[in-house]
Amino acid sequence: MSTTNYLFDARPTKPWKINRQQLAINSIAFIVVLFLTPAVVAVSPLKGKLGAAVVLFTLATVMNIVISLRRQGTKTLTNSFATSLIYTATALVLLPLASLLFTVIDKGKESIRWNTFTADMRITQPDAPFTEGGALHAIVGTGIIVLIATLICVPIGILTALYLTEIKGRFEGFVRFLVQAMSGVPSIVAGLFIYTVLIVSLGLKYSGFAGALALSILMLPTVARTAEEVLKLIPNDLREAGVALGGTQWRTVAMVVVPAARSGILTAVILGIARVAGETAPLILTILGNTETRVNPANVPMAALPLYTFNLMKTGLNVAISRAWGGALILLILVLILFVTARLLGGRKRG
Amino acid sequence: MITSQDSLVPLTTYSGVIPEKRELTTRPRFSDKVFRAIVTSGGFTSLIILGLIALFLTLQSSTVFRQFGLHFITGFEWSQGDPESGAPAKFGIGAMLIGTLVVSMIGLMIALPISVGTALFINYYAPDWLRKPLTIMIDLMAAIPSVIYGLWGFFILMPHAVYWAKLLHKYLGFIPIFRMPSEIYERSPFIAGIVVGIMIIPIITAITREVFSQVPLDRVQAAYALGATRWTMIRAVVLPFGASGVAGGAMLGLGRAMGETVAIYLVLNLYFIPNFNILFSSGGNVASLIVSKFGESEDFELRALMAAGLVLFVVTLLVNFLSDLIVKRTARKGR
Repeated sequence: MSTTNYLFDARPTKPWKINRQQLAINSIAFIVVLFLTPAVVAVSPLKGKLGAAVVLFTLATVMNIVISLRRQGTKTLTNSFATSLIYTATALVLLPLASLLFTVIDKGKESIRWNTFTADMRITQPDAPFTEGGALHAIVGTGIIVLIATLICVPIGILTALYLTEIKGRFEGFVRFLVQAMSGVPSIVAGLFIYTVLIVSLGLKYSGFAGALALSILMLPTVARTAEEVLKLIPNDLREAGVALGGTQWRTVAMVVVPAARSGILTAVILGIARVAGETAPLILTILGNTETRVNPANVPMAALPLYTFNLMKTGLNVAISRAWGGALILLILVLILFVTARLLGGRKRG
Repeated sequence: MITSQDSLVPLTTYSGVIPEKRELTTRPRFSDKVFRAIVTSGGFTSLIILGLIALFLTLQSSTVFRQFGLHFITGFEWSQGDPESGAPAKFGIGAMLIGTLVVSMIGLMIALPISVGTALFINYYAPDWLRKPLTIMIDLMAAIPSVIYGLWGFFILMPHAVYWAKLLHKYLGFIPIFRMPSEIYERSPFIAGIVVGIMIIPIITAITREVFSQVPLDRVQAAYALGATRWTMIRAVVLPFGASGVAGGAMLGLGRAMGETVAIYLVLNLYFIPNFNILFSSGGNVASLIVSKFGESEDFELRALMAAGLVLFVVTLLVNFLSDLIVKRTARKGR
C-alpha cells in the first residue's frame, strides 16, 4: 500500500466515513447488545418491556462509547452519548406510529365483513354480531359531507392563493397571516361557530350541510397554503409570456397559470380533504350522528365515519368497540389513500 | 398549445382578415378589475370567517360574561344550579384552563426533545436513502385522525402508561407533581399528555427540520474543519441557529395541543377540580369540556360552553400569533 503511485491512483477518500472493518465491529457490537439485553433483564430487578428498553438503551450507549473511545479517545464521549440519544428519539417517534398502524389493522379487521359496506345500523344494536349491520351510513355520510365541504372550500382556497401570488396587493402579508391564524383554529371552535350561526341563530336543524360548513373552515388554510406554494413555483416567464401575447391578467391566470399548476392544485385539494376527513369534534356539534343511510344533507342528522367510531367507542360494549376499530380501519385506509395520492401527484410535479 | 408549425402559418390564413389593432395601454381593463375584485374578496374570506367566529361567539356568550365577569375564567365550579333549592347556576372554567395548560405542557415536554432529536437525525445522521421515507412517515403521523389516536391511547397506550406512572410514583413520589391523593392511575393528565405529545410530534418535527435544513452549509463545514465532532458541530452551529425556530415550532405545537378535543376526551377524566398531581385520574381540557357537556346542556349552560369556546379561540389565536412571529424572525435571520 505504501508504494501507491498517488499521481495515477489518486482516488478521493472520505476519511469520516466508517470503513468495512468498523462497520463489522459496529454490527457485531449491536448484535451482542441485542443478545445481552434479555440476559441482563433476567438477572436484574428490571422487568417488562420498559426494563428491556432501558437496558437496551444503556447497553447500546455504553457499547457505542467504548467503541468510539478506542477509535478517537475521550473527546468524543459526549458525541457518542448524543448519537445514542438522537437515535433513541427517532425510534420513539416510529414506535407509536408502528404500534398504532399495527393495532388499527389488527383489531379493525375482526369486525369487517362484507355487510360492513352494504348495511347500516338502523335495526342493529351496536353489540349485535358482526354479520349484522354495518358502516354504510357512516361511509356515505363522510363522502357527502366531505364532498360538499370541498365544493365550498376549494374555490375560496384557490382565490386566496391567487390573491397571494397573482395580485400581491398591499395586504399580502396580512392575508398570509390570517390564513396562518385560521390554521390554528381548534376544530371544536369551528364546530361551535357553525352550531351558533346555523342552529342557534338561524334556527336550522342539525344537518350534513352544517357539518360540511364546519369542515370547510378547517380545510381552507390547508388548501390555500398548499395552492400558494404550488402557484409560486410557476415561473414568472409564463405570466409575462401570457401578458405579452396580449392576454389580460385574468385570461393569463385562467388559461396559463392555473392550468400549469393543475396537478399541484389537485394535490392541495386532496391534502385538504385528508386534513378534514377524520375530524370528529366539529361533527359532534353539527351533524349529531344517526344510524340510517341518508343522502340528503339538509335538515336531518347525518352520520360520518369518525363520529361512528367515536360513538361506538363511547358505548363501552366489547362488540361495539370492535366495530369502532373497524370504523377506525376504514377511516385510516381512506386517509392513507388520500395521503399516498397527494404524495404521488406532488412527487411527479417535483421530479 | 402553440407548436412551432403554428407560428410559421401567416395569421391571415386563419380567418382571412387581419384582426383589428388593439389599444395599447397599461390601464387595467374592465375584466381585470372584476377579476382583481373577485380574487381580493376571496383573499379576505379568512378575515371574514375569523371575524364572524369572534362576533357570533361573543354575541351568544355575552350574557355569561356579563353575569360572571372574570369569575368565568377564574372560577372552579360548573353547575346548572338547582331551581328547587334556589341554588344559582355557576359556571367557571378555571379548572379546565389549568387542565388544558397541564396536559399541553406535559405533551410539549415529551414532544419537544423527541422532535428536535428526530429533526437532527433526519438532517445530520440519517443516510440519504432514509431521509425521504422518514419525512413521509412523520407527515403521515400528522394525517392520522385524532379519534384514532384516542382509541389507540385508551386501549393500547393506557396499560403501559399506567405502569410507567406507578414507577414514577414509586421512585419519584417525593416530587409534589407525582403524589397521588388515591391510587387511581387511569385516565390521568399524564396519559393525556403522552397522547397529545405524540400527536404534536409531527408538527414540531416538520418546522424544526425545515429550520435546521436552512443552516448555512459553510458554517457546518467550518465547524467540521475546526475539528468538531458531529455533536459539537450541532451544539455550536445548528442549535444556536435554529433556536428560535425550535421555539416557534414548540409554540405551534402548544397551540395544537390546547385545541385537541376527542383524543383527550377519551383518555382524560374530566373533573372540575384543579389538579396538579399529574399521575392522578383527574384533569380537564376546555375543548373536551365542550364535547362532554354539549349533549346534555340547554340555554344558559350552552351559552357558557360558547363562552368557553370563545376563550379557547382567543388563547389559541394568541399562541399561534406568537409562534408565527418567532418563526418569521428566524427566517429573516437565515438570509
